[in-house]
Amino acid sequence: MLVALATLAPIAQGSGGFVREPDDAATNCVAENTTVCVGWAIDNIDRYVTPTLQHLEMVVLSVVFGFAIAFAMALLSHRRRWLVPGFTGVTGVLYTLPSIALFSLLLPVTGRGTATAVIALTLYTLQIIYRNIVTGLSNVPGEARDAGRGMGMTDRQLLWRVELPLAVPEIVAGLRIATVSTVAIATLAIFAGAGGLGAEIYNNITFKTGIVVCGAIAIAMAIVLDALLFLAQARLVRWRRQTPTVAGPPGRFAGFFRRLLGPIGARP
Amino acid sequence: MTLPLASVVDSFTGAIDFIFSTREAVGGGVQVGGLEQVWDLMAKQIEVSALALAVALALALPIGLYLGHRGTGELLAVAIGNAGRAIPELALIAFMAAFIGLGVFPLTIALMVLGIPPILTNAFVGIRQVDRDAVEAARGMGMTELEVIRRVELPLAVPTIMTGVRTAAINIVATATIGPLVGVVTLGDFIINVNVYGDEGVLAGAILVALLALAVELLLAGVQRLLTPRGLALQREATRATA
Repeated sequence: MLVALATLAPIAQGSGGFVREPDDAATNCVAENTTVCVGWAIDNIDRYVTPTLQHLEMVVLSVVFGFAIAFAMALLSHRRRWLVPGFTGVTGVLYTLPSIALFSLLLPVTGRGTATAVIALTLYTLQIIYRNIVTGLSNVPGEARDAGRGMGMTDRQLLWRVELPLAVPEIVAGLRIATVSTVAIATLAIFAGAGGLGAEIYNNITFKTGIVVCGAIAIAMAIVLDALLFLAQARLVRWRRQTPTVAGPPGRFAGFFRRLLGPIGARP
Repeated sequence: MTLPLASVVDSFTGAIDFIFSTREAVGGGVQVGGLEQVWDLMAKQIEVSALALAVALALALPIGLYLGHRGTGELLAVAIGNAGRAIPELALIAFMAAFIGLGVFPLTIALMVLGIPPILTNAFVGIRQVDRDAVEAARGMGMTELEVIRRVELPLAVPTIMTGVRTAAINIVATATIGPLVGVVTLGDFIINVNVYGDEGVLAGAILVALLALAVELLLAGVQRLLTPRGLALQREATRATA
């Protein structure tokens, strides 16, 4: 296995040398590079482990930082409503900037590397997460607030015990959208000089099997992280509020799938 | 942390200079940069983006409107919208180059794939959110189904639909930046071919792409304002005022 890896490694470097005496079908397939070499991919899946972990690291760090910052912004603007348009505007402009441009704009400031990629990706997640926290908090029914006040809660208690728990579905919805898009956008982190699946694709840009494998891993990562967040929410919110935004097909089953598939993709 | 402020300023000044005046390429020989080349590449990027957006609109809008009007296919509309976000841009472009070939056609297909999900999903959601009473009233006035869509549902859904179109346009313009990977020389050429244009070229490319995206966003916001029915805009202002 190790010997096979050693002979095959240079081939997958794209422009690198081809093996002169192909000894099996998989090697032939990679040398010809006319289609996706499933056999080779299965045998050599270990070479994609490091890029996948780098990719995952970038995504998790960006979403965690993004959530922390957006959460702080949302709490800050919760009782100071006049801050909301400003925060929405700033995060909106950041979101409009193409990621590849943002990566390159940061290069002279923060240099090439994972840090630059994470900063840019973090800035990217702010808009979606911030907007969803704000929406979630403002969708809290007035009756729930009144009930909390009636029980003698302070503003702080009201926020942490009533408003935030009731806003969890919207907040998690924002996290899911941010996570899924970050997994996809992180493929462009190569332009910030970071690694990950994008670097793997870019460095072997003509290698068909590599492109398909990396693309498939990225999509799978998005699906798995999305599902994990969904399950986390399901555990967190057992009392689930009924707030259907769109009248859906009847039946529990369809409802479950609708929630699993995720929040409806409209931006306000 | 202290930022190397002087060098950052130098970089940006150099990038501005790159945009306005030509210089010798890093490898020597040819002249690069300058307004003429900038305009050429930007025109190319606008051209492929507009083409891709038009195709995406032509395909996704009718389907979204139809499904929304019928009230069926919610799972499909939502699934497409969410799946669209998971498509890794670089993998998509590289896939097109490797399996279909170089040129405007594969790039347009790739960009169209990115544009369809937000347009379709938002068209569906926008139509579904139209007040059912308004639709019933329209039917009561004797409108045909097509008239209901065209004269009632579509105008009322403009804000949501246009939001989807804006998202799609921004995604398309942004991703058109890596067009050079499929052989279409857009502004991304400055960013990708650092060996030709140098670091200042990369930064210039980034500035230009960012400005282009902001311009597209502003332009479409203007279009949205024009398309939104006056009554709807007034009603929104009124609710904002009382909120």
